[in-house]
Amino acid sequence: MSAHFLIVEALKKAYPAANGQPNPPVFEDIHFHIDKGEFVCIVGHSGCGKTTILNVLAGLEEATAGDAFMDNREVRGPSLDRGVVFQGHALMPWMSVLGNVAFAVKSKWPEWSKEKVREHCAGYLEMVGLGDALDKKPAELSGGMKQRVGIARAFAIQPKMLLLDEPFGALDALTRGTIQDELLKIVQATHQTVFMITHDVDEAILLADKILLMSNGPHAKIAEIVEVTMPRDRTRAGIHHDPQYYKIRNHLVDFLVNRSKTYAGAEAEMFHDAKNPPLVRPGLEGDRAPVLTLATERPAPQLKQAINQ
Amino acid sequence: MRSIKLKAAVISLLLFLLFIGAWHMATLPKESTSLAGANAEYAALMGKGAEKSGGFPPPLEVGQAFVKYLADPFYDHGPNDKGIAIQLGHSLARVGLGFFLAVLVAVPLGFVIGMSPLLLRAFDPFIQVLKPISPLAWMPLALYTLKDSNVSGIFVIFICSIWPMLINTAFGVASVRRDWINVARTLEVNPLRKAFLVILPAAAPTILTGMRISMGIAWLVIVAAEMLVGGTGIGYFVWNEWNNLALPNVIFAITMIGVVGMLLDMIFGRLQQLVTYRE
Repeated sequence: MSAHFLIVEALKKAYPAANGQPNPPVFEDIHFHIDKGEFVCIVGHSGCGKTTILNVLAGLEEATAGDAFMDNREVRGPSLDRGVVFQGHALMPWMSVLGNVAFAVKSKWPEWSKEKVREHCAGYLEMVGLGDALDKKPAELSGGMKQRVGIARAFAIQPKMLLLDEPFGALDALTRGTIQDELLKIVQATHQTVFMITHDVDEAILLADKILLMSNGPHAKIAEIVEVTMPRDRTRAGIHHDPQYYKIRNHLVDFLVNRSKTYAGAEAEMFHDAKNPPLVRPGLEGDRAPVLTLATERPAPQLKQAINQ
Repeated sequence: MRSIKLKAAVISLLLFLLFIGAWHMATLPKESTSLAGANAEYAALMGKGAEKSGGFPPPLEVGQAFVKYLADPFYDHGPNDKGIAIQLGHSLARVGLGFFLAVLVAVPLGFVIGMSPLLLRAFDPFIQVLKPISPLAWMPLALYTLKDSNVSGIFVIFICSIWPMLINTAFGVASVRRDWINVARTLEVNPLRKAFLVILPAAAPTILTGMRISMGIAWLVIVAAEMLVGGTGIGYFVWNEWNNLALPNVIFAITMIGVVGMLLDMIFGRLQQLVTYRE
């Protein structure tokens, strides 16, 4: 087995249609890997199966075909080794903030004393800036605070890997910004391995080491892997001043707007190898003409990779 | 908010006084001149009784019954003459026992059925057929098999309380938010902890609603059941007073049934508030 921490091989998911016939697969031939300590974002249009991939990694859903291995073990069913932050925070409204986190902590370490659990939970809630809301009920918190509790709950069980399903999707831009900053700080401090779904290109660039670009479903595949080559000590305030930032951003937007739909059909297989999606580093590309104008006569992805190397 | 409460209370009081006034006017004693000679003679022979028991009792007479029974609610002068509290106590004990047994069966069974779509479908036809049966229709079977009128009364309460609780528990458990179940799954929570710490609190408001409906039905049914089996209880009291043609006592008993029913409902309303969570 290779040294990668998480390996996904030939993953495929097809949902049965109403008449019992299988639908075309939402995604197929999904291959990627994540190394320890890496922050990987996955970007793609709605309906390409991002959440399904995350659920398969979480063990909540079963893939139609393919395997996922974490730490050299096959992913079978949910596990405390993988913490999940859900799209809609998923806090239990009848438990206090502390109770919600403690529920998770007690599941991981049932032998801990009450004081130890409380201390541990309070520490993680302080980390997300909720040190003085321990005994509040989730209904008394704002959307952003609820999502922070969800993040604290996932971190508190110290999972080997964190799975985030569009955690900031429902938040307003300001709140989202502050929580992104917090997540960035926490991840930089803990070197947590993270797999995150997002719709927000800026969020992906800010947080990720690698960004997986998915083509449109059905038959969605991983089209490209974009390496974010900017130094790791990014901040939300300073990232725009990095000359690489707009190159990467343009590349991502161009993919989402123009190229994500071109990977379907037999013709696409001629220039695209799903088993080995090209790794691109748009941030390090030379100052060529803006990528957007290349929409009609763009080079095939492999060629682009060749240019990079 | 406060002023609305106050206004409502004033209007309630006015309505009550209006009702009593109308009742009083409607039951004013009529002039007994219409009696023909022979009838008057007959009436005289029979004493004043004939005049007294004719017509609906006026509010004053009913008020006297209230005073008389509430002044000494715990007396016991033999099987046919017991205080109102003792009668209500017998009814409440039957309802309580039957209801408690129904909780013991309906909540765990509803839990299991709600967790499994397969069992939900398998049990559904039985529930659908048994639910609409009037609880009193079970009485002959109960009397025959259980051979005891008291136990049969409890059985009837049991059988009528079970359905709303069973259905609500199953529904509440089946419709617990997927997200919460998924949280429990990713945390590898063991089934017992999941049942008690996630599913039960999540479904508790729905389960309590079922219990509240059940208790309402049980209180409706106990009166009818006790009229049928006799012996003790508020239903028997009503029937007994009807046989005595003591309508003021019947009206008094009806009022008591209403008040106790309201109190029971309030208790369950309070319990419901306790387990309801705000999202």
